[in-house]
Amino acid sequence: MKKHIVTALLYTVVTALLLGIVYPLAMTGLAHVLFPKQAEGSLIERNGVLAGSRLIGQPFSGPGYFWPRPSAAGNGYDASNSGGSNYAPTNAALSARVAATVALLNPKGANGPVPIDLATASASGLDPDISPAAAFYQVARVAAARRIGEDAVRNLVASHIAPRQFGLLGEPRVNVLELNLDLDKMAPAAGR
Amino acid sequence: MTSNGWLQIAVFFVLVLLAAKPMGLYMARVYERKKTWLDPVLGPMERLLYRIAGVDADAEMKWTEYGAAMLAFSLATLLLTYAVERLQHAVPLWNPQHLAAVEPYLAWNTAVSFTTNTNWQSYVPETTMSYLTQMFGLATHNFWSAATGMALAIAFIRGIARRESKTLGNFWVDLTRGTLWILLPICVVYALALVSQGVVQNLKPYDTATLVEPQSVTATGADGKPTTATVTTQTIAQGPVASQEAIKMLGTNGGGFFNANSAHPFENPTPLSNLMQMFSIFLIPAGLCITLGKMTGSPKHGWAVFAAMSVLWFAGVATCYWAEAQPNPLLHGVDQHASTAGISPGGNMEGKEVRFGIANSALFATVTTDASCGAVNAMHDSLMPLGGLVALSNIHLGEIVFGGVGAGMYGMLVFVILTVFIAGLMVGRTPEYMGKKVEAFDVQMSMLYFLIFPVVILGFSAIAVLSPSFGTSSLSNHGPHGLTQILYAYTSAAGNNGSAFAGLNANTHWYNATLAVTMLAGRFLMIVPMLAVAGNLAIKKIAPPSLGTFPVTSPLFAVLLTGVIVIVGALTFFPALSLGPILEHLLLRAGTSFS
Repeated sequence: MKKHIVTALLYTVVTALLLGIVYPLAMTGLAHVLFPKQAEGSLIERNGVLAGSRLIGQPFSGPGYFWPRPSAAGNGYDASNSGGSNYAPTNAALSARVAATVALLNPKGANGPVPIDLATASASGLDPDISPAAAFYQVARVAAARRIGEDAVRNLVASHIAPRQFGLLGEPRVNVLELNLDLDKMAPAAGR
Repeated sequence: MTSNGWLQIAVFFVLVLLAAKPMGLYMARVYERKKTWLDPVLGPMERLLYRIAGVDADAEMKWTEYGAAMLAFSLATLLLTYAVERLQHAVPLWNPQHLAAVEPYLAWNTAVSFTTNTNWQSYVPETTMSYLTQMFGLATHNFWSAATGMALAIAFIRGIARRESKTLGNFWVDLTRGTLWILLPICVVYALALVSQGVVQNLKPYDTATLVEPQSVTATGADGKPTTATVTTQTIAQGPVASQEAIKMLGTNGGGFFNANSAHPFENPTPLSNLMQMFSIFLIPAGLCITLGKMTGSPKHGWAVFAAMSVLWFAGVATCYWAEAQPNPLLHGVDQHASTAGISPGGNMEGKEVRFGIANSALFATVTTDASCGAVNAMHDSLMPLGGLVALSNIHLGEIVFGGVGAGMYGMLVFVILTVFIAGLMVGRTPEYMGKKVEAFDVQMSMLYFLIFPVVILGFSAIAVLSPSFGTSSLSNHGPHGLTQILYAYTSAAGNNGSAFAGLNANTHWYNATLAVTMLAGRFLMIVPMLAVAGNLAIKKIAPPSLGTFPVTSPLFAVLLTGVIVIVGALTFFPALSLGPILEHLLLRAGTSFS
């Protein structure tokens, strides 16, 4: 038994160095050689300033921008504090929050039912995407706020739809940050 | 539910089916110390490791010695992780956010959690653990606890395969070969594949991005009055994620680098990375079925076990997918129906990511609880009542539907012994398994293995439910869902799963301490009777099969095995489940909500 305890201690230290230091550092080096952009977080710059990551959702609330899903990460889209709402389907707070979101998106009740993803919080609180239906749902508001034609905005949305990977995996989606950045390029003077 | 959703589920299963045989045969070669093409690189590393640690690679161990070596190793690794967590602030390396030392109860809970392959997380990683702690204190355990589980499964298989042998192999050798030949090489390739999809791998401080649209945020100040502040930046957590993500999934550990786990876009950015993650959960456990067949000389038995597991997997995923695709009757003004063109997801999207949708979230929730992984790509607390029931029941069955690496296989083999015993009683013959008589000691130890599990889960849950000051005070959802939150926490801990109904605030002294005890019991108290059975089986003679021998290779055996699992696993917990998720389902249908 004493022999096994000595072995256990030595074995732990040696393999910790291999698996806990050598392996992750080697992977960091290789990742930066092969996929430097992804390894650093798929970051997006605008005018030389870091504007975010294409993988991490960002908050938008003005009428001239496409809105992402509600977020439970920190005060909303806090990328240093990820997480979901953890509301149970029977939690009254869930129905209340959904109702509040619906009221913002469909204030006069004339726009039809809100696509479910746009009214529910994601698991990470950082979901970068909305469904194509959720993007189209906001076209009229965005176009009106920016005083541009709905068709132009609708075409922009259509060009931003990412299909299922290999036509099979996952679900079709629209990256909100990229869409809004292109929207700013298309109609830069538009205010909120 | 959509046809594309079912197609994605089918693709996943076909991949597992195709990979099982090559993986299983390779693992048999590794543990039987036969030649492999990796020997020129790994052979010298193996020998060097044995020399430094003082391992006699040719020494065989009895089950007691095998178990003692395993316990000594687990204790050493546990202490290392505790020390790293407590001292992370004092080490100048790889702590760019200058995170403080981890509080003792939490550090203890986390060290136990990672040692037992549970990876229950009572903390928010991005604000608690330094990069050094994640790499050196936590990711290392993902390798160690996985390799330990695999070694134990191999020891059990040897117990079945060997005749009149006092020994089960050498723990240190099995541990080393599993780590160097199986886990590490796959992880090197896998981690890079994840990076290609967008998983981050760096050691830099968190990035600060300037928001495209500054936001005004209303918060309640210290004086209770609302204050409005303008937020102009977003802090983006970074880290050496891919290297940890790979072993987190492959080793069925499941401890996220970030709080949102595999739902976080930096851990699981694309549908392809998601498929890789689900596949890697099942890769080793499915392969071990074939390893079982190979090492016991009965390939058909391996496939029979595989078949029973597949049936239970499908029952779970079909139920969960159906449940999650249902609309929530309490929500109004929203479109909850999936469009056929796929432009609108429909179903229960609370706590799910758009890129995964309903099908991949339901599949992931099923797979991660079939195995003892516990990684999540959707928040289980927000699953529909019957979706959550599937996750909970999968763990209650003992995580033997492919199961955790190694742990699933030895758990399943204890079920096999019980099945053979029951089948023997039904026809009135002495039960035999692979030519070995199953006797009183084997059945006693098997029943001990099964009883420890509900005793710790239901015992601690009962105390917590009855204790407003420290038990129910942590609840975030009320009504029957509150019971489910507590039940899920102890179930996940005892099953060494690690997924959570995460609304429960488990970072309290009561939960940190009792969940740690539950995790230790669920791992080590169950390993001891399991090893005793293995040791006892190894000693026995092998009798030639006769007409009265119950064949363990037939479809009938697979059906009986499935039946025993469902009866033993499900009935034990049915009363608790009927007061939790089942009642919640009925109340939800009736339009009841809780605040």
